[in-house]
Amino acid sequence: MDITLQHYLAVGAMLFTIGVFGIFVNRKNVIIILMSVELILLAVNINFVAFSTYLNDVAGQVMAMFILTVAAAEAAVGLAVLVTFFRNRGDIAVDDASVMKG
Amino acid sequence: MLQGLAFYLLAATAVVSGLLVVTARNPVHSVLWLILAFFSSAGLFVLMGAEFLAMLLVVVYVGAVAVLFLFVVMMLDVDFVRLREGYARYLPLGGIVAGILLAEMIMVSMAVVQGGAAREATGPAAAAADASNIETIGRVLYTDYVYFFQAAGIVLLIAMIGAIVLTLRHKPGVKRQDVSRQVGRDAKTAMEVKSVQTGVGVTPEELR
Repeated sequence: MDITLQHYLAVGAMLFTIGVFGIFVNRKNVIIILMSVELILLAVNINFVAFSTYLNDVAGQVMAMFILTVAAAEAAVGLAVLVTFFRNRGDIAVDDASVMKG
Repeated sequence: MLQGLAFYLLAATAVVSGLLVVTARNPVHSVLWLILAFFSSAGLFVLMGAEFLAMLLVVVYVGAVAVLFLFVVMMLDVDFVRLREGYARYLPLGGIVAGILLAEMIMVSMAVVQGGAAREATGPAAAAADASNIETIGRVLYTDYVYFFQAAGIVLLIAMIGAIVLTLRHKPGVKRQDVSRQVGRDAKTAMEVKSVQTGVGVTPEELR
């Protein structure tokens, strides 16, 4: 059983797909949507690291680190927006979030 | 052999727990499955020889992001059953799109490995004897990617300021310290001499 680059790319593809699927089926629950986005970014990270190891180039791991940074920042701001939204409306259903509709 | 076994175990755990993140009925369970997915992905990173990123994943994702999610899920009093409306309605569409996406990505990754940029991919690089993974990353992170590093710091700073600004709330009835008022006062404004008539006294309004 030799683990090749394809194996890791397949895992990344599956996690990415699960993330997209999660956004589709949980259209009302922002918390699950944010978690799906985290899953998608994790899949991207797996791809970066897999290519980085199999091509012998450490740049992929550095990029994965920056993605990690952006993902953490995104989660912090997203959850802050969520908390503020909940305070103002008492609910987090996103399909009601049309108060800014022009 | 052992490496293959570990890969399949970790990959299966990551994918199954990822699936449970998006299908679990209770969001608290979703967060816990998310933590498991991050943990097994960290294991995959270790298998690939990226130990530093694996530890970073555990510390940043499991230790900070997932716990933040857990806090928010438990803090907000939300009717999660109502939020699951439309789950079955979007299931077929989501399944079709996800299936097409997965097939496309698997095909592209096969093509890339066989004939694309990754043709010369040999296998996990044996760890260099003179430098560990963290040292190798550090050597390029602070030289070639130093501007990216600074930009990442700015992104984190702005995210922190944004999160504080969004969630900070001033309650109207609470007295707060006002430094400029404290510094700006002196004997003239702080004190006032009033002449009080003998036998009459003062009312509270006059003392204001």
